[in-house]
This record gives sequence, structure tokens and C-alpha cells, in this order.
Amino acid sequence: MSKAASYRDFDWFLLLLALGIAAIGIIEIYSTTVHTALATQYKRQIYWVLIGCVLAIAISRFDYRIIVEQVPWIYLFSILALLAVLVSGHSASGARRWLKIGALTFQVSELVKLVIIVAVAAYLASRREKSVTWRDLVVLGVLVGAPAALVAIEPDLGTSLTFFPIVAAGLFLAGIRVRQVLALLLLGILILPVGWHFLKPYQRERVMTFIHPAENTQGSGYQSSQAKIAIGSGGFWGKGIGNGTQSRLGFIPVSHADFIFASFAEEQGFVGTLLVLLLYFALLVRLLDGAQTAGERAGAFVLVGFASLLFFQVAVNVGMMIGFLPVTGIPLPLMSQGGSSTLITFLGLGLAMSVKMRRFVN
Amino acid sequence: MPANPVLPWSEVSLRRESARIMQFRFAENDRFPAWKIATLQGTVAATFLVLLLGYWRIEITQHRRYVEQAERNRIRDLPVIAPRGRILDREGRVLVDNFPAFSVLLMRETNAKLSPEQIQGVARGLGLDPVELQRLIEHSAHLPRFQPVVLKQAATLEDVAFIESHRLEYPELDLIQVQQRLYPKHEAAAALLGYVGEVPEEMIAEPGSHYLPGDVVGKFGIERQYNSVLSGRDGVRRVVVNSRGQEVGSMNTVNALPGNDLRLTIDLDLQMTAEAALGEHAGAVVALDPRTGEVLAMVSHPAFDPNDFAHRIDREEWQQLTEDPMKPLMNKAIQAHLAPGSVFKIITAAAALETDTIKPDFTINCPGLITLYGHTYHDWVWEKHKGHGSVDLHRAIVVSCDVYFYTIGKLLGIDKLAYYAKELGLGARTGIDLPGEDPGLIPSPEWTERVFKRQWWAGETISVAIGQGAVAVTPLQLAYAIGGVASGGVFHRPHAVFQDQLLALGVDPPSDNEHTFALKPSTVSCVTRGMWGVVNEGGGTGGGAHDPSLDIAGKTGTAQVVSSKLQLSEHKTTFRNNAWFVGYAPSTKPEIVVAALVMEGEHSSVAVPIAREVIKAYYEKKGKIVPSPAGVEPHLMSEAARDGQHAVRPPTTQSR
Repeated sequence: MSKAASYRDFDWFLLLLALGIAAIGIIEIYSTTVHTALATQYKRQIYWVLIGCVLAIAISRFDYRIIVEQVPWIYLFSILALLAVLVSGHSASGARRWLKIGALTFQVSELVKLVIIVAVAAYLASRREKSVTWRDLVVLGVLVGAPAALVAIEPDLGTSLTFFPIVAAGLFLAGIRVRQVLALLLLGILILPVGWHFLKPYQRERVMTFIHPAENTQGSGYQSSQAKIAIGSGGFWGKGIGNGTQSRLGFIPVSHADFIFASFAEEQGFVGTLLVLLLYFALLVRLLDGAQTAGERAGAFVLVGFASLLFFQVAVNVGMMIGFLPVTGIPLPLMSQGGSSTLITFLGLGLAMSVKMRRFVN
Repeated sequence: MPANPVLPWSEVSLRRESARIMQFRFAENDRFPAWKIATLQGTVAATFLVLLLGYWRIEITQHRRYVEQAERNRIRDLPVIAPRGRILDREGRVLVDNFPAFSVLLMRETNAKLSPEQIQGVARGLGLDPVELQRLIEHSAHLPRFQPVVLKQAATLEDVAFIESHRLEYPELDLIQVQQRLYPKHEAAAALLGYVGEVPEEMIAEPGSHYLPGDVVGKFGIERQYNSVLSGRDGVRRVVVNSRGQEVGSMNTVNALPGNDLRLTIDLDLQMTAEAALGEHAGAVVALDPRTGEVLAMVSHPAFDPNDFAHRIDREEWQQLTEDPMKPLMNKAIQAHLAPGSVFKIITAAAALETDTIKPDFTINCPGLITLYGHTYHDWVWEKHKGHGSVDLHRAIVVSCDVYFYTIGKLLGIDKLAYYAKELGLGARTGIDLPGEDPGLIPSPEWTERVFKRQWWAGETISVAIGQGAVAVTPLQLAYAIGGVASGGVFHRPHAVFQDQLLALGVDPPSDNEHTFALKPSTVSCVTRGMWGVVNEGGGTGGGAHDPSLDIAGKTGTAQVVSSKLQLSEHKTTFRNNAWFVGYAPSTKPEIVVAALVMEGEHSSVAVPIAREVIKAYYEKKGKIVPSPAGVEPHLMSEAARDGQHAVRPPTTQSR
């Protein structure tokens, strides 16, 4: 085992960026829910962020390499947990996504994101080849495909999609070849019609609405059209905290959770949008910088995997608000209200810290 | 547990691999190439840039458009329904009022499009016919979005509860308070007052129309005639709603401009007396002031209850009203097209005297029948196998001798008869301020030529002379004509609304208010004395109207219904004569003239007491309302009171 890392090496700036974004999120949660039955949600979010912070610092003390070593067990356990969700999970609004442990309900698929980051990192770092082999593609396909399928049939397609950018970034770093990329694309095109067949009606509708937004502004198109109205009416400076009429009057669905960015953009305008995207950008760039200086490859893959996960979630969430992407249930990490998502993001940050603190080779 | 084939590596290989990982450290040259990390960071930067451009476009470039949409989202313009003006009687007593009620609106600003299932749900919840609801929604599809559609008027408490509890499912539904029409007297004067209903589509489509679907307009009677006076201008209440359509605040309000109250010339006391006097008979009563043309009472029976129309009348009720053979939806006072019978003899007498065809002392012997043009005409007393004996004009009017009038009809000829009938107020609309007045009919050779393409038969003149044949009048026309003749040939256009009130409201009343066809004083005195005799002399056909305290005159009529069209109708077997009486008082220079029609009354004596009751009520009221102060005749005093009609207060207060 390596020597204990020192807090001299702790990336306080990274944590500060994350806390900054989380603080903005909490203010927005407060602003959009204070007059409703969800008025105490912002307090809960403060607790989650504080707990997440403590967890991140605690995890950073812990050597990530032990986790990398133990990942086959963790992975196996995750698969079993996902199966347990499907068999006896706690369901809400038609989806079995939660596992009940005592009084707490926990969204297993959120934790699986981190497991997959480490599993992919462990596998890619273990290879000797200079570039990706066809065998690697098959192995990774099964490694990520199995949990993705289990999550997708919960159904939680949005979360299962977040697994793939982790693999993609890993393959890119590991040296994937052009013909392999082409082969994967071809496979994707072939699978598309089959996948369409497996989509639930509401999911198909969301995709169709995304393709033809004007046709359905009341049903599934309602959410994205209302989000756009809120954002667009925010203008350059925004309407100010507590003045977002669209979010406060309930036109934006779940304005404190998945659609928090629409409420935020309505109240803080383009200036706020720019600020938050800059914060996310700084966070991602710093994580990726860490991959360059990481002590060894597994750590680098963990950093890149986590960065790509964050990036994918931010891009999809922020993009779907303005109709760039279809509406999926992907929360905005660090800003959307929600215990599982917040804790996992901070856990991931802790893992990333752990890697960064051990970047010096003795 | 067997080795999981899903796992990409076995436990054994893991042990081996991890041992290698532990030993492995990055050498400087084993790091990822910097360009790869830079590429990833570049991807992030490029993606964020694209996102920012997207936000720029929506938040900056299209800002105005989305602000508008946001406002439309949360701001609703709810109509504030202007209460319709009340309708009052001449003394300011309320004939038609309003009461607050709720209407169910469909708001259409939020791009709402109800699915068939939702329409079913709404129809069930509100107790509407889903097919009709669907049609209503489709019909309003072309209207601007900001215009709500009225789905149901007069919402019940259950409807209100349904809307309030289904805000989430149907955020497009809303309630507004409206003023619903209330007719406290129910069927009394219903045909005169008319009813209101939803504006028909033709009216909405008219150029320059400001009507919206669901607006209430007058459809019949006074409500229709004076719709523009009675209806106010709706206001708008701008409110903020949340996504469930619940009101969370209000912005500015354009107040509704209530409609004008309308005071009628109707006297509620006379109206109720006339209603009661006609009782269950089918028919009509019209009371006019021949000095002004003011309508004092107008009854048509059977009637309808206009309250049934105040909200959307259901199909069954409507069918019942339209299919009733007694036509309750018809104002018989102005729309009945019937032979006047012997009442017409006054016209014949006046024509004969004016043309010097006969002198008042022209006498014939009535054997009960007469043969003219090879056809035998019977007198109405012929059934009793007797004649009227020797009769002059006065006696002929008093006993209503048919043979006498057959004779002078022949002497007059149809041209003179038709000319005088028309000049004396028949055969054309009186011009009363009510919709749908029937013009009546005075037949003439020109008419048979035009309508039947045949020559006039000389025998027809004989029928016309006693008000039979094709002669047709309305009760109003008869009152107008007899009142005008008794007033010396001065005819005032009948009207139910005071002319000066209309001028004050900026509505131009028709200008041709007076028609004078001066009759010789000798003619007037001859026929008025004759009509006095009808009521007050022995053998007079209108003896039933005699009242020692009153100076009533009049003329009876028992009209056979000879119209072939009607006789062929399904009611042939039940067909009976119509009974008429037109009475007036005083017998010279009348103040009130009352025409009473009892359909299928068989004999005029049924109609006679009705007119008497109304005239009696008129005089009793005059005596009661204006106590006779020393030196002032009660008659004059009451006239002074009546002339101060602008005030809504009862005249008693004006004696101060």
C-alpha cells in the first residue's frame, strides 16, 4: 500500500468549484419551491451536499487502488443489487428504480455509475496492448452492456445511457482505431430499430417529440416547450431570484430537480447560464488535467471516466432544456435536488481527489 | 456460485493482473499523449460553446417571442359579463331581472386540444352531450386563441365542484360569474318580453359583429328588438394563473359596462288583469292608448316561460314548444293572422259614410238572409230562423246585422272597401317596435290577380264587408284601427317603449309615428254611437261589457275560419269560430282600447268580458292612484301623472 496522502496535495479548488455549483443549485431549489409543498427541499439538499462533502474528503483519504483491486467483487455485488431492484425494488411513478434499506430508499443505478468507472478503468489499465483490440471491445461491451440493460428495463434509459460515455472516453484514451469506431457505429445503426422496438411508448413519444417538436406541445412536448419558454423569457439578465413566473407557477415540471436549469436560466438569464457552464467547464478541465498527471493508468482512466460521466450528464441535461436533445430523466449533477445523485457525484469527486493526491510517484 | 460468464475476467486472472498493477508505475513516457487529454477538453469546450449558442439564441435572439409566450401562459383574459339592462313596466316595476350564476368556459390560450377521452370526461362531468360538446369545440376552432368558449351556462353546484376538483386534468376549464336572465313573472307577457339565448352563428359572422360565441342576445320580443340597448359591453379581467389554471392573482380589469334599463309602456296591473281575464283560453289581448300608441298590455296565450331559455334550452323542451299546435312561441297579439269577423263592420260602415254611399238613416229589412249575385248569404241569426227586421246603420252595428252590411258592401264595391280598410290601419304592419309583426291582409282584385292569377269574384266583396273571406288582421291591428276610427281618424304607431327614452339612449325611434286619415265628424259620431250601443243598448252583441260606472263602447266579432289552408289542417274536427271583441273607453275620444281574441271561442261573448275587465282595471287604477283633490278632475290629474313618464317612480310621488 502506498503512504497516506497529505492534505497539502488535496485539490481544494476542485471541491470549491463543486460546492459553488451546488450552492447555486440550492439557491435555485429554494427559489422555485419555497412557496410550494416542497418548501423544505432546499434544506434537505444542504444536508446531502454537506454529507457528500464529508464523504468526498473521507474517500480521498482512502487509496483508490484498493477499490480498483476489489472491483470484480464490487461489480458482482452491483449486478446482484440491480437484479434485486428489478425483483423487489421500490417503485414510483411506474418505474422500479429504488432499493429500500431501512427507512432509506436508494437508487442503485446511481452507484453503478461509479462501479462502472472503476471497472472500466481496471480493465483498460490491466491490458498490455498499445491499442484497443476487438476482444477488448467485446469484453467492455459485456462489462457495460449487462448493467446498462438491467437499468434500462427498470426503466431508466437515461441513467443507462450515462454508462456509455465512460467506455467511449476510456476507449479513446486506450487507443481505439478508426475502423473499430466505424464498426461500432455500424453496430449502433443496426441495433437502433431493435432498440426502438424495446422502447416504452412514452419513450418513443419523447423521441418523436424531439424530432417533431411543434406537433405535440401539450403532451410529451409540453415539458420541453415550457422549459424553452421559461429560459427564453429570462433574457440576458434574468428575472431575478424568486421572480421566475414560469417555474413558480408550475409551468416547468420538476423545476427543482431534472428541470432546475430551466428555472435557473429563467431567473438568472444568459449571464447565469454562462457562469454555471463556466464553472462546469473549469471542473471538467481540472479533472481531465488530473488524468494527464495521474500516478498511473488506472487512476487516469478513473478521472477521465468520471469527467466524461459528468460531462455527459451536464451536456444532455442542459441540452434537453432547449430542445437540442430529447427529454430524458437525467438530473443535472450538483444542481438538481436529489440525494442519490448528489451523494454519488461527491463520491466520484472523492475518488478523483484520491487519484489526484496520489499523483506523485515515489 | 459458478463462474459468471458475464464477468470479463476470472478471479484467478484478476489476482495475477492486480499484482502486476501494483508494481506498475507511470513512467513519463507511459502517460497518455497530451493531445488526447487536450482533445477531450476541446470536446468539452466545443460542446459547451454550442450549448451557449443555443441559450444565446433562445434567451437573447428570441427573447421577445418567449416573453410573449410566457405571458400568454400565465395571463388569462377572463370576460367580465356585462349585466343586461332590466326591463321595467311604466311605473318602474321589474318585469325582467338578472341573477348571478356561473358559466363554464373552455380557455384555449394554452394550445389546449382536448382529446376525445377528455371530451368524454368533461361531457360526463358537466352532464353535456359529448357529440354536441365536440361540435361546439370544433366550431370554435377558427376563433382567436384568446377567446374562451362557453361550454355550459347556468352551471350547477355539481358542475362547479367538478371543475374545482379536476383542475389538474382539465386546466383549460374555468368558471366565470355571469348575470343570468330572470323573468319573475314567468309566463306573463312572455311573448312581448321575449327571451334571450346564445348568439347564433350567422350573427357572429355578420361583418362588423362584435359578438363572440356564447354571448347572450335577445332572440324574441322586446329582448330582441332592443337588444342593443339592453346588452352592455363586456369587460375583461386579466388574471395570473398557475399551470393548473388556478387563479393566483389579478392584474388589471376593464370594467363591464352594464346594459341600459328599459322602461316599457306596459302597465303591470293591466297586464296581469288581462292575463287573468284571458285565463286558460288560447288567444291574445292588446290594450293601447290610442292617443299615443302606447301599448298598455299585451297577452298571448298559451305562452312559454322565458326562464327556460335563459340557459341553453334542452332539445326536448324546445321540441315541445315548437310542435305545440297552439304555437306558444308565437306572439298572437301581433302574429296571429285571422279574420276579424264583424269587428270589420266598423270599417265598412265608416267607408260607406265617408263615401256618401249611404246616409246613417239608410234602412233595410233583414229577413235573416239575402241573395246577391245568385248566391244566398245568411245572417248569423239565421240559425234561430229569424231576421233582424228593420234596421238602420246604428241598429245594424248594435245587433251586428250581416244582411245590412252585405247590402252596403255591394253598394260600396271592393275597391272603396279595400281603400278605406287600408287607410284605417288594416292590411299593413302597424310598425310596432316588436319583431315579426304580421301585416294582415285586405284582399282586393289586384291581390287575387297577383296571387291567384284570377279575377275578383263579386261575391267575395260581400264576405269582405263582414270581415270574412280572405280578410286577416292581428289583434294589435284591430285595436289600432278601432282606436284610430274612434279618435276621428288619428292613428298613433303602437309602441312598447317610450320614444323620449329611446332618444335619451341615442336610439332613433321611427319618425312616422302618426297617421291621420281625417274622418268626417258625423261619420265618427255615427260609428262611435253605434259601438256604444253594442255594449249599452238592448240587443247589443257586446252587452257583456256593460258596466254602469264605465263608458265602454266596442264591437264584437265571431269569425268563421274559412281559410282553406287551415281547414285542411289536422285540427279540422276541433275547429271552432274565433271570438273577438274590441272595446274602448270613453266612448268618444278614447283613452284606452282593448282588443281581445279568444281562439276557438265559438262566440264573441267569450271575448267581451275580457276587454271589460281590462278597461275596468284601467279606471279603477286611475281612481285609486290619484285621489281626486278639490278642483282637479281625477281624469286630468292622472293624465298629468302619465305624462311624467320619464321617472321610474310611481306617479303617486309626482303629485308633490
